[in-house]
Amino acid sequence: MPSTIVTIELNGTDRELIARPSTTLLSALRETFGLMGAKRGCAQGGCGSCTVLLDGRPVVSCLIPVVTVDGSAVETIEGLADGERLDDVQQAFVDHFATQCGFCTPGMIMSATALLNRKPDPTRQDVTEAICGNVCRCTGYEPIITAVLAAAERRRGDPAVPTPTVPTPTVPTPTVPARPAPTEAEV
Amino acid sequence: MALRHGRGYAAVNYPTGMNLGGDPSQALVHATTMGGFVVTLSSVDLGQGLRTVVAQCAAETLGIPLENVIVDTADTDTGPHCMGTFASRGTHRVGNAVIVAAREARDVMLQVAADELEVDAEDLETDGTGFVRLKGSSEKKIHISEVALAAHFRQGRTISGRGIFLKEPSTPVPETGEMDPDSCQAHACTVAEVAVDDETGVVEVLRLYNAYEIGRALNPALATQQVEGGAWMGLSHALFESTEPYYPHSREHGPVDFTEYLMPGPADIPAQTSVFLERPAGNGPFGAKGIGEMTANAPIPAIANAVYDAVGVRLTSMPFTPEKVLRGLDELRAGRAG
Repeated sequence: MPSTIVTIELNGTDRELIARPSTTLLSALRETFGLMGAKRGCAQGGCGSCTVLLDGRPVVSCLIPVVTVDGSAVETIEGLADGERLDDVQQAFVDHFATQCGFCTPGMIMSATALLNRKPDPTRQDVTEAICGNVCRCTGYEPIITAVLAAAERRRGDPAVPTPTVPTPTVPTPTVPARPAPTEAEV
Repeated sequence: MALRHGRGYAAVNYPTGMNLGGDPSQALVHATTMGGFVVTLSSVDLGQGLRTVVAQCAAETLGIPLENVIVDTADTDTGPHCMGTFASRGTHRVGNAVIVAAREARDVMLQVAADELEVDAEDLETDGTGFVRLKGSSEKKIHISEVALAAHFRQGRTISGRGIFLKEPSTPVPETGEMDPDSCQAHACTVAEVAVDDETGVVEVLRLYNAYEIGRALNPALATQQVEGGAWMGLSHALFESTEPYYPHSREHGPVDFTEYLMPGPADIPAQTSVFLERPAGNGPFGAKGIGEMTANAPIPAIANAVYDAVGVRLTSMPFTPEKVLRGLDELRAGRAG
Protein backbone atom coordinates (compact mmCIF):
# COMPACT_ATOMS: atom_id res chain seq x y z
CA MET A 1 0.00 0.00 0.00
CA PRO A 2 1.25 3.48 -0.80
CA SER A 3 2.25 6.16 1.62
CA THR A 4 -0.16 9.04 2.04
CA ILE A 5 0.02 12.63 3.24
CA VAL A 6 -1.64 13.08 6.61
CA THR A 7 -2.49 16.38 8.24
CA ILE A 8 -3.07 16.67 11.98
CA GLU A 9 -3.54 19.67 14.22
CA LEU A 10 -0.72 19.00 16.64
CA ASN A 11 -0.87 21.05 19.83
CA GLY A 12 -2.69 23.79 17.96
CA THR A 13 -0.55 23.85 14.82
CA ASP A 14 -1.32 22.09 11.53
CA ARG A 15 1.41 19.60 10.70
CA GLU A 16 1.82 17.29 7.73
CA LEU A 17 3.64 14.04 7.34
CA ILE A 18 4.02 11.31 4.78
CA ALA A 19 2.91 8.11 6.45
CA ARG A 20 2.89 4.47 5.58
CA PRO A 21 -0.24 2.51 6.51
CA SER A 22 1.63 0.85 9.37
CA THR A 23 2.88 4.10 10.94
CA THR A 24 1.27 4.57 14.34
CA LEU A 25 0.30 7.93 15.78
CA LEU A 26 2.93 7.32 18.47
CA SER A 27 5.67 6.75 15.88
CA ALA A 28 4.61 9.89 14.04
CA LEU A 29 4.78 11.92 17.25
CA ARG A 30 8.12 10.56 18.38
CA GLU A 31 9.99 9.92 15.16
CA THR A 32 8.55 12.45 12.70
CA PHE A 33 7.76 15.36 14.99
CA GLY A 34 10.36 14.67 17.69
CA LEU A 35 7.85 14.89 20.53
CA MET A 36 9.25 12.39 23.01
CA GLY A 37 6.75 12.99 25.82
CA ALA A 38 4.43 10.14 24.87
CA LYS A 39 6.34 6.97 25.76
CA ARG A 40 6.50 3.64 24.02
CA GLY A 41 6.01 1.17 26.86
CA CYS A 42 4.31 -2.07 25.89
CA ALA A 43 3.39 -1.05 22.32
CA GLN A 44 0.20 -3.09 22.62
CA GLY A 45 -2.20 -0.75 24.38
CA GLY A 46 -1.69 -2.20 27.83
CA CYS A 47 0.29 0.37 29.79
CA GLY A 48 -1.09 3.76 28.82
CA SER A 49 2.28 5.49 28.73
CA CYS A 50 1.63 6.65 25.14
CA THR A 51 -1.69 8.32 25.99
CA VAL A 52 -2.47 11.50 24.05
CA LEU A 53 -5.71 13.37 23.39
CA LEU A 54 -7.34 12.76 20.02
CA ASP A 55 -10.07 15.35 19.45
CA GLY A 56 -10.16 15.65 23.23
CA ARG A 57 -10.45 11.94 24.00
CA PRO A 58 -7.61 10.02 25.64
CA VAL A 59 -6.26 7.31 23.34
CA VAL A 60 -3.33 4.92 23.36
CA SER A 61 -1.39 6.31 20.41
CA CYS A 62 0.59 3.09 19.92
CA LEU A 63 -2.51 1.34 18.54
CA ILE A 64 -3.71 4.03 16.14
CA PRO A 65 -2.50 4.10 12.53
CA VAL A 66 -1.82 7.77 11.90
CA VAL A 67 -3.47 7.61 8.46
CA THR A 68 -6.80 7.03 10.22
CA VAL A 69 -6.67 10.30 12.12
CA ASP A 70 -6.14 12.63 9.15
CA GLY A 71 -7.75 15.98 9.99
CA SER A 72 -7.93 15.34 13.73
CA ALA A 73 -6.64 17.45 16.61
CA VAL A 74 -3.93 15.79 18.66
CA GLU A 75 -2.78 17.15 22.01
CA THR A 76 0.35 15.84 23.72
CA ILE A 77 2.06 16.56 27.03
CA GLU A 78 4.24 19.10 25.20
CA GLY A 79 1.15 21.22 24.47
CA LEU A 80 0.15 21.75 28.10
CA ALA A 81 2.71 24.13 29.56
CA ASP A 82 2.68 27.83 28.67
CA GLY A 83 6.38 28.37 28.14
CA GLU A 84 8.03 27.77 31.51
CA ARG A 85 4.69 27.87 33.33
CA LEU A 86 3.31 24.40 33.98
CA ASP A 87 -0.41 23.86 33.65
CA ASP A 88 -2.49 23.00 36.71
CA VAL A 89 -2.27 19.22 36.33
CA GLN A 90 1.48 19.29 35.75
CA GLN A 91 2.03 21.60 38.72
CA ALA A 92 -0.13 19.39 40.95
CA PHE A 93 1.97 16.36 39.97
CA VAL A 94 5.07 18.26 41.08
CA ASP A 95 3.50 19.54 44.30
CA HIS A 96 2.24 16.14 45.38
CA PHE A 97 5.24 14.03 44.39
CA ALA A 98 3.08 12.17 41.87
CA THR A 99 6.09 11.16 39.84
CA GLN A 100 9.10 8.99 40.51
CA CYS A 101 10.83 7.49 37.46
CA GLY A 102 8.56 9.58 35.25
CA PHE A 103 7.89 7.05 32.51
CA CYS A 104 4.13 6.89 33.13
CA THR A 105 3.81 10.59 33.95
CA PRO A 106 2.98 12.06 30.50
CA GLY A 107 0.30 9.42 29.94
CA MET A 108 -1.10 9.88 33.44
CA ILE A 109 -1.29 13.65 32.98
CA MET A 110 -3.03 13.33 29.60
CA SER A 111 -5.59 10.88 31.01
CA ALA A 112 -6.17 13.20 33.95
CA THR A 113 -6.45 16.22 31.66
CA ALA A 114 -9.12 14.47 29.59
CA LEU A 115 -11.04 13.71 32.79
CA LEU A 116 -10.86 17.26 34.09
CA ASN A 117 -11.87 18.72 30.71
CA ARG A 118 -14.90 16.46 30.77
CA LYS A 119 -15.66 16.62 34.46
CA PRO A 120 -14.24 19.55 36.44
CA ASP A 121 -15.41 18.18 39.81
CA PRO A 122 -14.42 14.50 39.79
CA THR A 123 -14.81 12.08 42.67
CA ARG A 124 -11.95 9.85 43.78
CA GLN A 125 -13.62 7.01 41.90
CA ASP A 126 -13.80 9.13 38.73
CA VAL A 127 -10.04 9.65 39.01
CA THR A 128 -9.23 5.98 39.57
CA GLU A 129 -11.37 5.05 36.58
CA ALA A 130 -9.76 7.72 34.42
CA ILE A 131 -6.23 6.49 35.13
CA CYS A 132 -6.97 2.76 35.40
CA GLY A 133 -5.49 2.23 31.92
CA ASN A 134 -2.21 3.85 32.94
CA VAL A 135 0.26 1.58 34.69
CA CYS A 136 2.58 3.07 37.32
CA ARG A 137 5.31 0.88 38.78
CA CYS A 138 6.71 3.32 41.34
CA THR A 139 4.26 5.45 43.25
CA GLY A 140 1.51 3.06 44.33
CA TYR A 141 -0.98 5.49 42.64
CA GLU A 142 -2.03 7.33 45.79
CA PRO A 143 0.06 10.48 45.12
CA ILE A 144 -1.26 10.54 41.55
CA ILE A 145 -4.89 10.36 42.69
CA THR A 146 -4.17 13.11 45.23
CA ALA A 147 -2.53 15.26 42.55
CA VAL A 148 -5.43 14.92 40.11
CA LEU A 149 -7.97 15.84 42.78
CA ALA A 150 -5.80 18.81 43.79
CA ALA A 151 -5.51 19.89 40.15
CA ALA A 152 -9.29 19.81 39.85
CA GLU A 153 -9.59 22.09 42.85
CA ARG A 154 -6.89 24.38 41.54
CA ARG A 155 -8.64 24.64 38.18
CA ARG A 156 -11.94 25.46 39.86
CA GLY A 157 -10.13 28.16 41.83
CA ASP A 158 -11.07 26.65 45.18
CA PRO A 159 -9.18 28.40 47.95
CA ALA A 160 -8.70 25.23 49.98
CA VAL A 161 -6.20 23.52 47.73
CA PRO A 162 -4.62 20.79 49.85
CA THR A 163 -0.95 21.33 50.42
CA PRO A 164 1.46 18.42 50.25
CA THR A 165 1.88 16.75 53.58
CA VAL A 166 5.32 15.93 54.85
CA PRO A 167 5.36 13.45 57.70
CA THR A 168 6.98 14.55 60.88
CA PRO A 169 8.90 12.07 63.01
CA THR A 170 6.91 10.90 66.00
CA VAL A 171 9.97 10.19 68.10
CA PRO A 172 12.44 12.82 69.28
CA THR A 173 15.41 12.94 66.98
CA PRO A 174 18.82 12.44 68.54
CA THR A 175 21.48 14.88 67.44
CA VAL A 176 23.61 13.87 64.50
CA PRO A 177 27.23 12.99 65.24
CA ALA A 178 29.49 15.92 64.42
CA ARG A 179 30.79 14.46 61.19
CA PRO A 180 30.20 10.97 59.85
CA ALA A 181 33.26 8.79 60.11
CA PRO A 182 32.80 6.90 56.85
CA THR A 183 34.70 3.79 57.84
CA GLU A 184 32.90 3.12 61.09
CA ALA A 185 30.40 0.33 60.76
CA GLU A 186 27.10 0.27 62.56
CA VAL A 187 24.61 -2.56 62.49
CA MET B 1 -20.09 -17.51 53.60
CA ALA B 2 -18.78 -14.18 54.70
CA LEU B 3 -16.17 -11.46 54.39
CA ARG B 4 -13.68 -12.17 57.14
CA HIS B 5 -11.31 -9.54 58.47
CA GLY B 6 -7.81 -10.15 59.72
CA ARG B 7 -4.72 -8.30 60.83
CA GLY B 8 -1.10 -9.37 60.61
CA TYR B 9 2.31 -7.87 60.95
CA ALA B 10 5.86 -8.53 59.85
CA ALA B 11 9.21 -6.91 60.51
CA VAL B 12 12.34 -6.64 58.42
CA ASN B 13 15.99 -5.76 58.98
CA TYR B 14 17.75 -4.73 55.81
CA PRO B 15 21.39 -4.05 54.98
CA THR B 16 22.63 -0.85 53.36
CA GLY B 17 25.14 -1.57 50.63
CA MET B 18 27.05 -4.75 49.99
CA ASN B 19 30.48 -6.19 50.35
CA LEU B 20 31.87 -8.36 47.54
CA GLY B 21 35.29 -7.00 46.62
CA GLY B 22 34.71 -3.58 48.18
CA ASP B 23 31.91 -1.14 47.51
CA PRO B 24 33.07 2.32 46.36
CA SER B 25 31.42 5.36 44.82
CA GLN B 26 33.09 8.56 43.72
CA ALA B 27 31.92 12.13 43.29
CA LEU B 28 33.44 15.30 41.87
CA VAL B 29 32.28 18.82 42.65
CA HIS B 30 33.30 21.98 40.83
CA ALA B 31 32.07 25.54 40.57
CA THR B 32 31.02 27.10 37.29
CA THR B 33 31.95 30.70 36.55
CA MET B 34 28.48 31.75 37.66
CA GLY B 35 28.59 30.18 41.11
CA GLY B 36 26.71 27.04 40.26
CA PHE B 37 28.21 23.95 41.86
CA VAL B 38 28.19 20.88 39.64
CA VAL B 39 28.12 17.48 41.32
CA THR B 40 29.37 14.99 38.77
CA LEU B 41 28.42 11.35 39.30
CA SER B 42 27.99 8.10 37.43
CA SER B 43 25.28 7.11 39.87
CA VAL B 44 21.93 6.75 38.15
CA ASP B 45 18.65 8.11 39.48
CA LEU B 46 16.02 5.48 38.72
CA GLY B 47 13.26 7.67 40.09
CA GLN B 48 14.11 7.12 43.74
CA GLY B 49 15.19 10.75 44.07
CA LEU B 50 18.95 10.30 44.29
CA ARG B 51 19.64 13.54 42.42
CA THR B 52 17.54 15.48 44.90
CA VAL B 53 19.11 13.87 47.93
CA VAL B 54 22.72 14.30 46.78
CA ALA B 55 21.96 17.91 45.85
CA GLN B 56 20.77 18.38 49.44
CA CYS B 57 23.99 16.80 50.76
CA ALA B 58 26.11 19.08 48.54
CA ALA B 59 24.19 22.24 49.39
CA GLU B 60 24.28 21.51 53.12
CA THR B 61 28.03 20.81 53.09
CA LEU B 62 28.95 23.73 50.85
CA GLY B 63 26.63 26.03 52.80
CA ILE B 64 24.90 27.33 49.67
CA PRO B 65 21.27 27.30 48.41
CA LEU B 66 19.97 24.07 46.87
CA GLU B 67 19.18 26.00 43.68
CA ASN B 68 22.91 26.57 43.12
CA VAL B 69 23.63 22.84 42.93
CA ILE B 70 23.55 21.11 39.56
CA VAL B 71 23.67 17.31 39.64
CA ASP B 72 25.13 15.74 36.50
CA THR B 73 24.68 11.99 36.24
CA ALA B 74 24.99 12.00 32.50
CA ASP B 75 27.55 9.40 31.57
CA THR B 76 28.76 6.26 33.31
CA ASP B 77 31.61 5.96 30.78
CA THR B 78 33.20 9.28 31.60
CA GLY B 79 31.93 10.17 35.07
CA PRO B 80 33.62 9.29 38.36
CA HIS B 81 33.16 5.63 39.13
CA CYS B 82 30.08 4.30 40.91
CA MET B 83 29.24 0.67 41.58
CA GLY B 84 25.63 1.47 40.79
CA THR B 85 22.30 2.25 42.37
CA PHE B 86 21.34 -1.09 43.87
CA ALA B 87 21.63 -2.84 47.24
CA SER B 88 19.92 0.20 48.81
CA ARG B 89 23.31 1.88 48.63
CA GLY B 90 22.74 5.09 46.64
CA THR B 91 21.95 7.62 49.35
CA HIS B 92 24.54 6.16 51.73
CA ARG B 93 27.50 5.61 49.40
CA VAL B 94 26.98 8.48 46.98
CA GLY B 95 25.84 10.87 49.70
CA ASN B 96 29.02 10.21 51.67
CA ALA B 97 31.20 10.66 48.57
CA VAL B 98 29.45 13.94 47.72
CA ILE B 99 29.98 15.23 51.26
CA VAL B 100 33.72 14.51 51.05
CA ALA B 101 33.97 16.22 47.64
CA ALA B 102 31.86 19.18 48.74
CA ARG B 103 34.01 19.69 51.85
CA GLU B 104 37.14 19.94 49.73
CA ALA B 105 35.41 22.36 47.34
CA ARG B 106 34.12 24.39 50.29
CA ASP B 107 37.66 24.81 51.62
CA VAL B 108 38.80 26.26 48.27
CA MET B 109 35.69 28.44 48.07
CA LEU B 110 36.41 29.90 51.51
CA GLN B 111 40.08 30.43 50.64
CA VAL B 112 39.17 32.32 47.46
CA ALA B 113 36.61 34.39 49.39
CA ALA B 114 39.19 35.10 52.09
CA ASP B 115 41.64 36.46 49.54
CA GLU B 116 38.93 38.65 48.01
CA LEU B 117 37.84 39.99 51.40
CA GLU B 118 41.42 40.14 52.71
CA VAL B 119 40.64 38.13 55.82
CA ASP B 120 41.55 34.67 57.16
CA ALA B 121 39.57 31.76 55.73
CA GLU B 122 39.06 30.40 59.26
CA ASP B 123 37.12 33.55 60.09
CA LEU B 124 34.58 33.00 57.32
CA GLU B 125 31.22 31.25 57.35
CA THR B 126 28.49 30.54 54.83
CA ASP B 127 24.98 31.81 55.51
CA GLY B 128 23.10 29.34 53.30
CA THR B 129 21.62 32.09 51.11
CA GLY B 130 24.62 32.31 48.78
CA PHE B 131 26.97 34.56 50.75
CA VAL B 132 30.32 33.87 52.36
CA ARG B 133 30.76 36.32 55.21
CA LEU B 134 33.04 37.27 58.04
CA LYS B 135 31.78 35.60 61.22
CA GLY B 136 29.74 38.02 63.24
CA SER B 137 29.62 40.62 60.48
CA SER B 138 26.68 41.42 58.24
CA GLU B 139 28.69 43.93 56.18
CA LYS B 140 31.80 42.00 55.22
CA LYS B 141 30.53 39.39 52.79
CA ILE B 142 30.80 38.20 49.20
CA HIS B 143 28.36 36.28 47.06
CA ILE B 144 29.41 32.86 45.75
CA SER B 145 28.89 34.03 42.16
CA GLU B 146 31.54 36.71 42.77
CA VAL B 147 33.75 34.14 44.50
CA ALA B 148 33.46 31.88 41.45
CA LEU B 149 34.27 34.70 39.04
CA ALA B 150 37.25 35.78 41.14
CA ALA B 151 38.57 32.22 41.25
CA HIS B 152 38.37 31.85 37.49
CA PHE B 153 39.42 35.24 36.25
CA ARG B 154 41.52 36.84 38.97
CA GLN B 155 43.05 34.18 41.20
CA GLY B 156 43.42 31.41 38.63
CA ARG B 157 42.02 28.66 40.85
CA THR B 158 39.49 25.90 40.44
CA ILE B 159 36.90 25.65 43.17
CA SER B 160 36.60 21.90 43.16
CA GLY B 161 36.63 18.80 45.31
CA ARG B 162 37.07 15.05 45.02
CA GLY B 163 35.20 12.50 47.09
CA ILE B 164 35.04 8.76 47.45
CA PHE B 165 33.33 6.47 49.88
CA LEU B 166 34.71 2.95 50.07
CA LYS B 167 33.26 0.08 52.03
CA GLU B 168 36.32 -2.10 52.24
CA PRO B 169 36.17 -5.75 51.26
CA SER B 170 35.51 -8.18 54.08
CA THR B 171 36.43 -11.82 53.57
CA PRO B 172 34.40 -14.34 55.55
CA VAL B 173 36.23 -16.26 58.27
CA PRO B 174 36.24 -19.83 56.85
CA GLU B 175 35.47 -21.55 60.19
CA THR B 176 32.60 -19.33 61.28
CA GLY B 177 31.43 -17.48 58.18
CA GLU B 178 31.81 -14.28 60.15
CA MET B 179 32.17 -11.15 58.03
CA ASP B 180 31.22 -7.49 57.84
CA PRO B 181 28.90 -7.42 54.85
CA ASP B 182 27.18 -4.05 55.07
CA SER B 183 27.50 -0.57 56.53
CA CYS B 184 24.35 -0.33 58.60
CA GLN B 185 20.88 -1.84 58.72
CA ALA B 186 17.49 -0.22 58.49
CA HIS B 187 14.51 -1.70 60.28
CA ALA B 188 10.82 -1.70 59.52
CA CYS B 189 7.48 -3.15 60.49
CA THR B 190 4.26 -3.28 58.51
CA VAL B 191 0.81 -4.05 59.85
CA ALA B 192 -1.70 -5.20 57.24
CA GLU B 193 -5.46 -5.30 57.54
CA VAL B 194 -7.24 -7.52 55.04
CA ALA B 195 -10.69 -8.73 54.14
CA VAL B 196 -10.91 -12.29 52.82
CA ASP B 197 -14.03 -13.52 51.03
CA ASP B 198 -14.29 -17.14 52.15
CA GLU B 199 -16.58 -17.96 49.23
CA THR B 200 -14.43 -16.58 46.39
CA GLY B 201 -11.04 -16.65 48.09
CA VAL B 202 -10.35 -13.05 47.08
CA VAL B 203 -8.03 -11.17 49.44
CA GLU B 204 -8.37 -7.41 49.66
CA VAL B 205 -5.80 -5.34 51.54
CA LEU B 206 -7.65 -2.55 53.30
CA ARG B 207 -4.92 -0.75 55.22
CA LEU B 208 -1.17 -0.79 55.65
CA TYR B 209 0.65 0.82 58.56
CA ASN B 210 4.38 1.24 58.01
CA ALA B 211 6.96 2.13 60.65
CA TYR B 212 10.53 2.62 59.42
CA GLU B 213 13.78 3.21 61.26
CA ILE B 214 16.00 4.60 58.51
CA GLY B 215 18.71 6.57 60.24
CA ARG B 216 17.84 10.10 59.25
CA ALA B 217 15.22 10.76 56.57
CA LEU B 218 17.14 13.26 54.43
CA ASN B 219 13.99 14.04 52.48
CA PRO B 220 10.89 12.88 54.37
CA ALA B 221 8.54 13.35 51.40
CA LEU B 222 10.72 11.22 49.10
CA ALA B 223 11.21 8.65 51.87
CA THR B 224 7.45 8.37 52.32
CA GLN B 225 7.09 7.88 48.58
CA GLN B 226 9.67 5.13 48.66
CA VAL B 227 7.96 3.39 51.57
CA GLU B 228 4.44 3.58 50.15
CA GLY B 229 5.38 2.89 46.55
CA GLY B 230 7.44 -0.05 47.78
CA ALA B 231 4.52 -1.29 49.87
CA TRP B 232 2.43 -1.24 46.71
CA MET B 233 5.05 -3.47 45.08
CA GLY B 234 4.92 -5.80 48.09
CA LEU B 235 1.14 -5.92 47.87
CA SER B 236 1.47 -6.63 44.17
CA HIS B 237 3.85 -9.54 44.79
CA ALA B 238 1.66 -10.80 47.62
CA LEU B 239 -1.59 -10.96 45.69
CA PHE B 240 -1.00 -10.67 41.96
CA GLU B 241 2.36 -10.91 40.31
CA SER B 242 3.65 -14.13 38.90
CA THR B 243 5.02 -15.28 35.60
CA GLU B 244 3.87 -18.78 36.47
CA PRO B 245 0.39 -20.07 35.71
CA TYR B 246 -1.95 -19.95 38.67
CA TYR B 247 -3.24 -23.45 38.10
CA PRO B 248 -0.98 -26.49 38.18
CA HIS B 249 -0.22 -28.39 34.99
CA SER B 250 -1.58 -25.72 32.66
CA ARG B 251 -0.15 -22.64 31.00
CA GLU B 252 -3.59 -21.46 29.98
CA HIS B 253 -4.28 -19.37 33.02
CA GLY B 254 -0.95 -17.65 33.40
CA PRO B 255 0.00 -14.30 31.99
CA VAL B 256 1.29 -14.50 28.42
CA ASP B 257 2.35 -10.86 28.10
CA PHE B 258 2.41 -7.63 30.05
CA THR B 259 -1.21 -6.79 29.33
CA GLU B 260 -2.19 -9.93 31.24
CA TYR B 261 0.46 -9.62 33.92
CA LEU B 262 -1.61 -8.62 36.92
CA MET B 263 -0.70 -5.72 39.17
CA PRO B 264 -2.94 -3.74 41.48
CA GLY B 265 -4.40 -0.70 39.78
CA PRO B 266 -5.43 2.63 41.25
CA ALA B 267 -8.71 1.16 42.53
CA ASP B 268 -6.97 -1.73 44.35
CA ILE B 269 -4.76 0.23 46.73
CA PRO B 270 -5.07 0.27 50.51
CA ALA B 271 -5.01 3.33 52.71
CA GLN B 272 -1.47 3.71 54.03
CA THR B 273 -0.03 5.35 57.11
CA SER B 274 3.74 5.68 57.40
CA VAL B 275 5.97 6.99 60.15
CA PHE B 276 9.73 7.26 60.52
CA LEU B 277 11.83 6.71 63.57
CA GLU B 278 15.08 8.58 63.10
CA ARG B 279 18.18 7.09 64.70
CA PRO B 280 21.05 8.58 62.68
CA ALA B 281 23.66 6.04 61.58
CA GLY B 282 27.22 6.98 62.54
CA ASN B 283 28.56 6.26 59.07
CA GLY B 284 25.63 7.58 57.01
CA PRO B 285 25.52 10.90 55.17
CA PHE B 286 23.94 13.15 57.82
CA GLY B 287 22.96 9.87 59.48
CA ALA B 288 20.97 8.34 56.59
CA LYS B 289 20.63 4.61 55.97
CA GLY B 290 19.35 3.02 52.75
CA ILE B 291 15.66 2.16 52.30
CA GLY B 292 15.55 1.17 48.67
CA GLU B 293 14.73 -2.49 48.39
CA MET B 294 13.39 -3.22 51.85
CA THR B 295 10.16 -1.33 51.30
CA ALA B 296 8.61 -4.19 49.31
CA ASN B 297 9.50 -6.82 51.89
CA ALA B 298 7.49 -6.44 55.09
CA PRO B 299 4.06 -6.07 53.46
CA ILE B 300 4.18 -9.59 51.98
CA PRO B 301 4.48 -11.65 55.19
CA ALA B 302 2.24 -9.11 56.95
CA ILE B 303 -0.50 -9.83 54.41
CA ALA B 304 0.08 -13.60 54.72
CA ASN B 305 -0.27 -13.32 58.49
CA ALA B 306 -3.41 -11.21 58.11
CA VAL B 307 -4.95 -13.86 55.85
CA TYR B 308 -4.13 -16.48 58.49
CA ASP B 309 -5.72 -14.28 61.13
CA ALA B 310 -8.81 -13.84 58.96
CA VAL B 311 -9.53 -17.40 57.82
CA GLY B 312 -6.89 -19.66 59.37
CA VAL B 313 -5.22 -20.50 56.06
CA ARG B 314 -1.41 -20.50 56.21
CA LEU B 315 -0.10 -19.46 52.79
CA THR B 316 3.56 -20.10 52.05
CA SER B 317 3.94 -19.27 48.36
CA MET B 318 3.22 -16.10 46.45
CA PRO B 319 0.99 -14.86 45.00
CA PHE B 320 -1.85 -15.49 47.46
CA THR B 321 -4.41 -16.23 44.78
CA PRO B 322 -8.09 -16.99 45.37
CA GLU B 323 -7.38 -20.58 44.36
CA LYS B 324 -4.76 -21.05 47.09
CA VAL B 325 -7.04 -19.49 49.69
CA LEU B 326 -9.95 -21.75 48.67
CA ARG B 327 -7.76 -24.88 48.65
CA GLY B 328 -6.58 -23.94 52.13
CA LEU B 329 -10.16 -23.47 53.30
CA ASP B 330 -11.12 -26.86 51.78
CA GLU B 331 -8.28 -28.51 53.71
CA LEU B 332 -9.37 -26.85 56.93
CA ARG B 333 -12.95 -27.99 56.43
CA ALA B 334 -11.85 -31.53 55.53
CA GLY B 335 -9.72 -31.59 58.69
CA ARG B 336 -12.64 -30.47 60.79
CA ALA B 337 -14.98 -33.00 59.14
CA GLY B 338 -12.43 -35.76 59.67
